[in-house]
Amino acid sequence: LDEPVTSAAAPVARLIEEFHKLPGVGPKSAQRLTYHLLRAPADEARALAQAILEVKEKTVLCSVCQNIADSDPCAICSNPGRDHGAICVVEEPLDILALERAGAYKGLYHVLHGVISPMDGVGPEDLKVQELLSRLRSGDVHEVIMATNPNLEGEATAMYIARLISPLDVKVTRLARGLPVGADLEYADNVTLARALEGRQEV
Amino acid sequence: LPAPRVYKTTAIVLRHRKLGEADKILTLFTANYGKLDAVAKGVRRPTSKLAGHVEPLTYSTFLLALGRELDIVTQAETLEPLTPLREDLERLGRGLYAAELVDRLTPDRQESYPLFRLLLETLRRLATRDDLDLALRYFEVQLLDELGYRPQLDRCVSCEAALEPTTNFWSAAAGGVLCPACAADDPLARELSLSALKVLRLLQRGSFADAARVRMERMLSQELERHLREYTRYVLERDLRSAAFLDTLRRQKALRT
Repeated sequence: LDEPVTSAAAPVARLIEEFHKLPGVGPKSAQRLTYHLLRAPADEARALAQAILEVKEKTVLCSVCQNIADSDPCAICSNPGRDHGAICVVEEPLDILALERAGAYKGLYHVLHGVISPMDGVGPEDLKVQELLSRLRSGDVHEVIMATNPNLEGEATAMYIARLISPLDVKVTRLARGLPVGADLEYADNVTLARALEGRQEV
Repeated sequence: LPAPRVYKTTAIVLRHRKLGEADKILTLFTANYGKLDAVAKGVRRPTSKLAGHVEPLTYSTFLLALGRELDIVTQAETLEPLTPLREDLERLGRGLYAAELVDRLTPDRQESYPLFRLLLETLRRLATRDDLDLALRYFEVQLLDELGYRPQLDRCVSCEAALEPTTNFWSAAAGGVLCPACAADDPLARELSLSALKVLRLLQRGSFADAARVRMERMLSQELERHLREYTRYVLERDLRSAAFLDTLRRQKALRT
């Protein structure tokens, strides 16, 4: 009696497994992606493979701001047109993209690569905090802007770093918290509303 | 009549973790159903109506809908934001320690109103009072009691003789205090000062108002913290992660002074 075929051919199964490891990709999506590539022209598959290799081989961590970049120092840190006296501290590289899209900030950045999360066992020693301190000690930075997320972990990280910086005589600021564009007052929580009132501006 | 698809409860948010693009899984300690996980959809988007009401260590009222695996938060409104907890690292670290203890020590969906009250009152104390360590020690002792891990403080756990008013010994493995004679057989037993024993008894039996009258100097406070941490570590069979954060804060403080 023949055994029923329950799994795909070995190379196919292997690719499905690799896709399945990616965040947000379930078993069905992994299968769809794999069979899409099987049917796609060989060039397309090769281009994807090449892009995956290059993202690991051709990127470096900027030794100044710790952002993921294609040169060290990165394009932002080596740009003389930017304000080298201001450092905006963010959790993740993607946050820099968001801030750059807004186009309102012309200083430098510092990526922590995470956030203090005591209950998950992530402490300051797991973040790029020492790198930030050595930047502050060596350069003439006049302002550090804490742009961590306005949630419990982001606030804890901002407070912790502010406390570390306090002996260094550098101004530490925090992004304002208040009502987001397009929001509805009636649904705002107490903390946000209180902060929005504190930070009100003359019109 | 079909069973209702939604239910309402007040709850304290113990922790959260990311789910997918914009969602979070919340671990709630509810007043009516004990500890449970629920999905809060879209709370990582800036315009989320829920986000500010479901941050860890907030006390909110929840409307939950039965889901296939996890229930879903359909509405939430803050009852007490406990804001000072979030604005001071010493308060925050201790609040998270209390939340983690409850999270680690309680089974899912086992209703316990006394435990809910204890956690809420502890978070209120940690948000408002100055004797943070005393509030946390009171919480630990009462929590152990509530969960059935009450340490024995009157008689020697081993020979059951009444304890003499002298330096005795603390043994997490034995489940309480050992008299000096029995402690000789337990290499892990640690010295327990008479004042620490007295405070422990007060924390176990008294109301918080009684306990709050104790003025603990630093040595005594540290001794109690050490003993209770060892005890909870023994019960949990692992370290509490937020304890490491409290240690980091303490080291930093020592460096600055």
